[in-house]
Amino acid sequence: MTTAARDWRANPLRDPQDRRLPRIAGPCGLVLFGVTGDLSRKKVMPAIYDLANRGLLPPGFSLVGFARRDWAHQDFAQIVHDSVKQYARTEFREEVWKQLAEGFRFVPGNFDDGAAFERLRRTIEELDEVRGTAGNHAFYLSIPPKFFGDVVSQLHEHKLAEPVEGSWRRVVVEKPFGHDLASARELNDILDGVFPAGSVFRIDHYLGKETVQNILAMRFANAMFEPLWNSNYVDHVQITMAEDIGIGGRAGYYDGIGAARDVIQNHLLQLMALVAMEEPLSFEAVNLRTEKLKVLRSVRLPTRLDLATARGQYVEGWSGGVKAAGFLEEDGISKRSATETFAAVTLHIDTRRWAGVPFYLRTGKRLGRRVTEVAVVFKPAPHQPFSATATEDLSHNALVIRVQPDEGMTLRFGSKVPGTAMEIRDVNMDFAYGGTFTEASPEAYERLILDVLLGDPPLFPRHEEVEESWKILDPILENWARKGKPDTYESGTWGPASADKMLARDGRTWRRP
Amino acid sequence: MIELTDTNSSDIAAEFMRARTRAGSPVMGMVMTLIIVVDEDGATDALDAAKDASHEHPARVLGVILGNGRGAGVVNAQVGTGGGWAGEIALIRLEGEVVKHPESVVLPLLLPDSPVAVWWPKDHPADPATDSIGALSRRRITDSAYVTRGKLKALRAQCAAYSPGNTDLAWTRITPWRALLASALDQHPAKVTAAEVSAERISPSADLLAAWLGHRLKVPVTRRTSAGPGLTSVVMETREGPIRIERSDGKLATFSSPGKPDRPVALKRKSLPELLAEELRHLDEDDVYAATARALAKTR
Repeated sequence: MTTAARDWRANPLRDPQDRRLPRIAGPCGLVLFGVTGDLSRKKVMPAIYDLANRGLLPPGFSLVGFARRDWAHQDFAQIVHDSVKQYARTEFREEVWKQLAEGFRFVPGNFDDGAAFERLRRTIEELDEVRGTAGNHAFYLSIPPKFFGDVVSQLHEHKLAEPVEGSWRRVVVEKPFGHDLASARELNDILDGVFPAGSVFRIDHYLGKETVQNILAMRFANAMFEPLWNSNYVDHVQITMAEDIGIGGRAGYYDGIGAARDVIQNHLLQLMALVAMEEPLSFEAVNLRTEKLKVLRSVRLPTRLDLATARGQYVEGWSGGVKAAGFLEEDGISKRSATETFAAVTLHIDTRRWAGVPFYLRTGKRLGRRVTEVAVVFKPAPHQPFSATATEDLSHNALVIRVQPDEGMTLRFGSKVPGTAMEIRDVNMDFAYGGTFTEASPEAYERLILDVLLGDPPLFPRHEEVEESWKILDPILENWARKGKPDTYESGTWGPASADKMLARDGRTWRRP
Repeated sequence: MIELTDTNSSDIAAEFMRARTRAGSPVMGMVMTLIIVVDEDGATDALDAAKDASHEHPARVLGVILGNGRGAGVVNAQVGTGGGWAGEIALIRLEGEVVKHPESVVLPLLLPDSPVAVWWPKDHPADPATDSIGALSRRRITDSAYVTRGKLKALRAQCAAYSPGNTDLAWTRITPWRALLASALDQHPAKVTAAEVSAERISPSADLLAAWLGHRLKVPVTRRTSAGPGLTSVVMETREGPIRIERSDGKLATFSSPGKPDRPVALKRKSLPELLAEELRHLDEDDVYAATARALAKTR
């Protein structure tokens, strides 16, 4: 799904048949706001090193750090060095480091400090001069959204957001994309006022995962799945993203946000869109977006939101052999917090393909284990020539797309138990991504950062998608806000009893993922 | 590894099954059969490389060691799974008459449906596609830089005998160079008027790179001899000045282009497992190699 509309004809050394040649970004640099954050250190910096190590960054690539620290360039280089040593996926090589480190710069300053942004502008100009970054720069805002306004208006004021003819400026933002429809629009207005829509890259790192991209390959490159992919054969779909950890050090961010805003709004609804959408005209960004938007726009909420949704908060319990504190006992969380750490919702998609097939989305912290998966559960065979006792152990056929960990696919179906007269039991057929293809799949961030530098947008949600997602979630959140506190569930279990009841009302049960 | 002495293909196949059951029938999404034809001295290195590459391409690996062809035929094998292999491995030693019929040993052991690749880590047949094992394979990988005899002519002979599915690791070794050169012209869309490739005296990779540049750019390419290691520099002349990549230590290169500051670029020589893994990534014909090989075969 990568073919960027680039014109290879101009370059005689390029040939569309030549699949060995990787896509290397053109001359460019990245400006990183918020260099001390977890995300920068654990994901962004290692991904940049890994890209350089794989030979995918241009010679002269430059990385500028911008933060409220009194640092020199070397201090910044040291931070990147430590992060790369600790978190990079590929081996540390001195020559790669040398290539990268020559392009490190650091600009100290506050996000509203005009003088600092003037220094930033001079730094960028200097880089264009000595490193040949040719005026192409991406601004990576790895900072809380409340600072976006400051940074973006400073970028605008100091003419950093306007590319000279023949070069580009892009901005990269991370979730959360607002906390409801109104704030998402506000955020978008801030960015939109300065950067054109095509230059804003919203990172939803789930979309950079190989397994998520494989959903499209699996659905649209094969003949055997698509005929079953509709309400004639599918009973319902369960999309789960479970974490075994608590909120850890993210209390400040998490309290008041909760599981639904943190995960369902972006990752789960995007996964749902990819699973449910029609075949796009091509894998170009605009066509993919059109199909995803159609799914999001055809979502219908159940009438009784209280019965078709569930939320919970983890309380003290044993999680994987370790005693875990409850949510309300976590540092920095108010004792009266009504923030949910588990959320489950039922959604209907009003299209011919999916009418009558509910999509159950759930996510939570401190659940049984860390797992993300999409389970397409099929209807029972219309007629069983076997006796009821023979098929006692047979449940619904299912196709499970395991997004993480242990990426792959499982097909679950009935098979005869050997030795018995006729007894049918569920068996699994497994495809493990790690087993069949490289164990060294690139990290989602590598792919996404490279796509930003190449200007290749298919894997980034646009603001229309963000807004549609909020339109789905807002009524649910309002309903919850009116109804007081969430239910509780013991840490290390699979969520509150209300979530099980929610499915039981439809005569179904959650899979144990 | 289980030793099977004086054995045959069906015993080896049965041992594959037993090894798998012993290991608790792990999921093995094996994607291909990789046959390695090598001599006793080269076997260890070749299998180590294949073991690493198997992590990216889980395969049933069949190492075939052709011994002395005189006397009655004897097949000995070591069969195993696990131990660092993502897949299965059989190292098969042939001696006596059967040395002339290795395909009869290999054929019953090919995985159903999935593609077959063969790799000759050292000496290779003059025409891989008509070789008895080569004919079983969709992909045939040679390595002209490591033949034991006739190093100077090996690559040219391979190019002349090209048929779809053949590639030479000399070609794989220059992928990073080609990528860098192509992106250099992305950045400087200038007309190249001449080019120059410098490398050790015997360097099939440099010969291929020169042929590729000449074929794509339609300009004369000079091949110069340097002290190495491997490829040391490529220069593309343009009207504004030369675009130059120089690498004297086999690791870090300097990239210079007209009107731009010199920049360091990591350009490491790839290890054998990396090369093999890249080769196995594409199982159809490499059109660009085909065109380059034809161009090289025509020169001089």
